[in-house]
Amino acid sequence: MQHSDTRDALKAGIPIFIGYFPAAVAFGILARTTGTTFWEAMLFSIVVFAGASQFIALNLLATGMGPVGIILTTLLVNFRHFLMSTYLSTRICEKAVKYYLPMAFGVTDETFSVMSFTRKSLTRQFVIRLELTAYTGWVSGTLAGFVLGRFMPAILTQSMGVALYALLLAILMPELKTSSRSLVLALASGLFNWFLVTVDVLPKGWSIIVCILVVASAGAFFNPGFIKEDNIHG
Amino acid sequence: MDRSLIPLIFGMAAVTYLPRLAPFLFFRNARIPARLDAFLKCIPVAAIGALIIPGAFTATPDLPWAGIAGMGFTLAYGLFNGGIIVPVLGAVAVAWLVLSGM
Repeated sequence: MQHSDTRDALKAGIPIFIGYFPAAVAFGILARTTGTTFWEAMLFSIVVFAGASQFIALNLLATGMGPVGIILTTLLVNFRHFLMSTYLSTRICEKAVKYYLPMAFGVTDETFSVMSFTRKSLTRQFVIRLELTAYTGWVSGTLAGFVLGRFMPAILTQSMGVALYALLLAILMPELKTSSRSLVLALASGLFNWFLVTVDVLPKGWSIIVCILVVASAGAFFNPGFIKEDNIHG
Repeated sequence: MDRSLIPLIFGMAAVTYLPRLAPFLFFRNARIPARLDAFLKCIPVAAIGALIIPGAFTATPDLPWAGIAGMGFTLAYGLFNGGIIVPVLGAVAVAWLVLSGM
C-alpha cells in the first residue's frame, strides 16, 4: 500500500512542483529586488508557504505598511484555506491528531484541488508526500529565483505565470466533462468572482471566500438529490 | 530593509497555519448533517472556478492574450485527453510562443 501511495503522490505532486517552481522563482526575484535578505526570502517560503500572500506582503512592505496591517491582510487572504481544510477533514482518513499538524501546513489551493479530485481514499502517506513534493518546488524555486533570477529571461518567467491556472483547469476538466452540474457551479463561481473583483468592494482575498460560500450553498440547496448520490466519506 | 522581517514572517506563518489546521481539529470526528455535507462537496468546484476566473485573464500581465491562449490549449487538450503535465507545460509553451511574437 505504502509503495503505491508514494508513487501516486509523486505522480499527482509533480505537476504542482512544475507550477510552483517558476512561481517561487518569481517570488525570489521580487524579494531580492525589494531589498529582502536571502534568509528572509527563504524563511517566507519555508514557514508561510502561501504564494499569493507572500507576493502581497512584499508589495505592502514596499508601500511602507506596518507588520500588523500585513499580518491582518495575510489572515484575510489565506482564510479561504479554512474552507478547504474543512472539506479535506471529511476526506482524509487518519485517526492520530499528530499527523494532522504537518498535513494542515501543506494545504494550499493546488494541493487541495489535486486531493479533492483524487478518487482513492486520502491516506496520510499520500497526503504528506503530495504536499512535500509541492513544498519542495516552492522552497527550491525561491532559492533559485533569489540566487539565479537575474539570469532568467523575463519572457520565460512571464509565460510560466499561466502554469498554476492551467494546473487548476486541468485538474477540473474531467469533472466538468462528466457533470454538467459541476460545469454550471464552476462557471457561476468564476463569473461571480469576476464580478466581485471588478466592483472591488471586498478586501483582497475575500471575493473567493464569498464565491465559495454562495455558490456551494446554492449547489447544496438546489440539488438535494446529490446528497443521496454519494455520501461516502473516507 | 532597515529592520528585521523575522517577526512579521512568523506572524504571517501563524495566521496562515491556524485556519489550515483548525478544521482538522474541530470537524475530524464530527457527525456532519446531509445538507452541510452537500455544501462541503460543492467546495472544490466552487473554489477552483473562482481561483481560475478572472485571475487567468491576467496571468501574463504584459500581454493577457498570451495567458488566455495558453488556457485555451489546456481547455482544448482536456476535452479529448486526460492528464495534467502535458496541459500545464503546453499552456506555458503556447503563452511563450505568443509572448515571443508568433
